[in-house]
Amino acid sequence: MIPVAITVNGKVRTAHVEPRTLLVHFLREHLNLTGTHVGCDTSQCGACTVIVDGRSAKSCTIFAVQADGSTVTTIEGLAADGKLHPVQEGFWEEHGLQCGYCTPGMIMSAVNLLQDNPSPDEKQIREGIAGNFCRCTGYQHIVNAIQHAAKHGGGKAAR
Amino acid sequence: MIPVAFDYQRATSVDDAIAKLTASGGKAIAGGHSLVPLMKLRLSEPGTLVDISKIPGLSGVKEAGGKIEIGATTTHAEIAGSKLLRDKCPILAEAAAEIGDPQVRNRGTIGGSLAHADPASDLPAVAIALDADIQIKGRSGARTVKAAAFFRGFYDVDLAAGELIVAVHVTPVRSAAYAKLHQRASHYAIVGAAVALDVKGGVIQSARVGLTGATTHAIRLAGVEKALAGKKADGVAAAVASAAGEAGDLNADLHASADYRKAMIPVFVKRAVERALARG
Repeated sequence: MIPVAITVNGKVRTAHVEPRTLLVHFLREHLNLTGTHVGCDTSQCGACTVIVDGRSAKSCTIFAVQADGSTVTTIEGLAADGKLHPVQEGFWEEHGLQCGYCTPGMIMSAVNLLQDNPSPDEKQIREGIAGNFCRCTGYQHIVNAIQHAAKHGGGKAAR
Repeated sequence: MIPVAFDYQRATSVDDAIAKLTASGGKAIAGGHSLVPLMKLRLSEPGTLVDISKIPGLSGVKEAGGKIEIGATTTHAEIAGSKLLRDKCPILAEAAAEIGDPQVRNRGTIGGSLAHADPASDLPAVAIALDADIQIKGRSGARTVKAAAFFRGFYDVDLAAGELIVAVHVTPVRSAAYAKLHQRASHYAIVGAAVALDVKGGVIQSARVGLTGATTHAIRLAGVEKALAGKKADGVAAAVASAAGEAGDLNADLHASADYRKAMIPVFVKRAVERALARG
């Protein structure tokens, strides 16, 4: 077992983990942060996307020991003071989800995209979520949701 | 999916990494975006992982003596966003921007991609087209291998146990381009063609061509290179017609048959040549 200290949603969380513990399992099973989902478990679908040291990453493809000393933001860390993050607002207002399974990862990718590019065009939005699969919406409402977020300060919002 | 149990060590310097790799017989990990998926499938079962991602000075893009040096742990996102590469060697930035998806590019590194040599990865073809020097360090010192000689077979490269890629050196070329047929879920290359040209007055003086996705490992197409020499834009289609034949035995998998790859190889080599020519 190896000691790790990972700052998750602003709080330093320490634990002893097996090296093979994936970051997504550390988040879900050690910290009970079950908003981050496991979808394909093969680095493709993006349901497990979180933000590690300011960049979106697939937490099913990172060992928790690799994130020792890192800062991680999950979907649970986005809303502040009871107020949804602008990207969450966008998904609410524009019906950017149906079953909701892909939504936490999709939102974390959108947050990363808007941080890099606060006013993306539609093509840039679709490229920005290329690592996230949705099997319900056909993506159009997700694109609308991210456009809504961009118009309402999604790129400047704190994470 | 849970990998087989392993030991984890973090290296503080290149020499420390080499010592730890040598002592443990383990594998280096940086971004882990080639290695971790294979470990989860238990196709790779290293007893020890030596994390090289925090070694100071092993990451970054810089210019020195007319060459560009890319540190082994430089991520695809950093390569794609490098102004130096976009200005002086755009093929590298362009190919890195087509790897996987944003999350993969945020973690995956050039050294890992080359060392792992997935037959469908993009950078091996680009390294071959740019005639890149792969800088390697091990117990017995440093050595340099040309990209075209580095890739030897299916997941097989010229890298001994205990050795580490530390950097990739390229001579920057403006008139070079990468064209790729994406697998839509993973964004690995079904076929990827990288072409670097020396062009004068619209005439190709010489060419270097790397091909990935189509065969057991990325290969150089020396016959196509020869056929392209002396050609203008209107001669490109004929010059690349033999590309699939030169590639030899083609991969067949659930994404594409060998026949489909055979049809696509000249299409994507031609596109890469045309884009490279457009950069003059």
